[in-house]
Amino acid sequence: MIPAPFDYKRASSAAEAISLVSEYGEDAKFLAGGHSLLPLMKLRLAQPAVLIDIARIEDLSYIRDAGNHIAIGALTRHMDVEKSPILAEHAPLLSFAASHVGDPQVRHRGTIGGSIAHADSASDLPATTLALGATYVVQGPNGTREIAAADFYLGFLESALAPDEMLTEIRVPKMNGATWGFQKFNRRAQDWAIVGVAAWKRGTESGVGLVNMGSVPVLATSVANAIAGGASIGDAAKLAGAEAEPQSDLNASAQYRVHLAEVLVRRALESTSH
Amino acid sequence: MKVTITVNGTTHQSDVEPRTLLVQYVRESLGLTGTNIGCDTSSCGACSLHLNGESVKSCTVLAVQADGGTVTTIEGLAKDGVMHPMQQAFMENHGLQCGYCTPGMVMAAISLLDENPSPTEEQVRIGLEGNLCRCTGYHNIIKSVLACANNK
Repeated sequence: MIPAPFDYKRASSAAEAISLVSEYGEDAKFLAGGHSLLPLMKLRLAQPAVLIDIARIEDLSYIRDAGNHIAIGALTRHMDVEKSPILAEHAPLLSFAASHVGDPQVRHRGTIGGSIAHADSASDLPATTLALGATYVVQGPNGTREIAAADFYLGFLESALAPDEMLTEIRVPKMNGATWGFQKFNRRAQDWAIVGVAAWKRGTESGVGLVNMGSVPVLATSVANAIAGGASIGDAAKLAGAEAEPQSDLNASAQYRVHLAEVLVRRALESTSH
Repeated sequence: MKVTITVNGTTHQSDVEPRTLLVQYVRESLGLTGTNIGCDTSSCGACSLHLNGESVKSCTVLAVQADGGTVTTIEGLAKDGVMHPMQQAFMENHGLQCGYCTPGMVMAAISLLDENPSPTEEQVRIGLEGNLCRCTGYHNIIKSVLACANNK
């Protein structure tokens, strides 16, 4: 399967990438690792006229301790997120979730920014960064702005990114002292999650993100509110489906997905590490 | 578009259409048909090769993305007629049945040991999650990779 023809442009800086996308508009797509976009293009589900390759922008691949948060360049590959000592210390939930994306070959190419910008509710990292209360930094022709992860996901594969904006950095608050869990339920290794849960808890503070529980990644605020109000993990987990609108498909009915979410949220929150 | 890609130690300058997949490039432009196309959807791992020293699924990489890079395919492993230790281990441990997944398995396994030279059996099983063997010959594939790690 070969993608439809397209023009290929290569950007060497974020500014150049934005200038190119401003020129070509909605006919253009950014290409980072390509592990969400190229499969869609091969199936002709996506046929951008222009691909702007941003993978060679070297200064967008980094993981830095920025005081109260960790700053991750959008072009940082999953494998580098998985193996980062900084994240292992300050946001181990994210590095653990990254180790469950696809398989090693996919993680050698795919990037955290690409996964988030693709905004697939079945992907692991959108829901995980949502649970962690991350902020996304995006750059456009008029400068940069910050978007809270909770405001980013608007619909199926649809985000708050404007057509001429590029995601450049993911800021993840440090979660030191929190217990955390990542639960991914699937039939086979490397499959997408039928349902996945990323959760952390520190005293009565918590964050719970749901994978593949609707057209957007879901922040399970009812669970966090119940925990904040003193509910037990078991009781709070029963509210896992409150914000979700899961679909039925060949793998699972919507009702079964809600059941899975309740069980997996409980397991994730009961984890003492992962 | 003009690309320069070093494959198995030889630098090639080629003019490729941007939509050319890396697997297509090595198979059709360079005639290196040891890299197989299996599922063509980045699930099965048959097309695994090394790009800049790491395993990738070449059905999901464009040749233009590999421009300036270094590629190793299964054909590039043997040196002077002597098989790579991983190939030798697959042979000695009957790590292949029909052989279709084998080039991808070997390339993924070498990358796995580069990153984790002494894996446990479980780590090998998880590390090869991106490669499917339709003969279900996993037992001996895992055995081969562990044998190679132990022989180092």
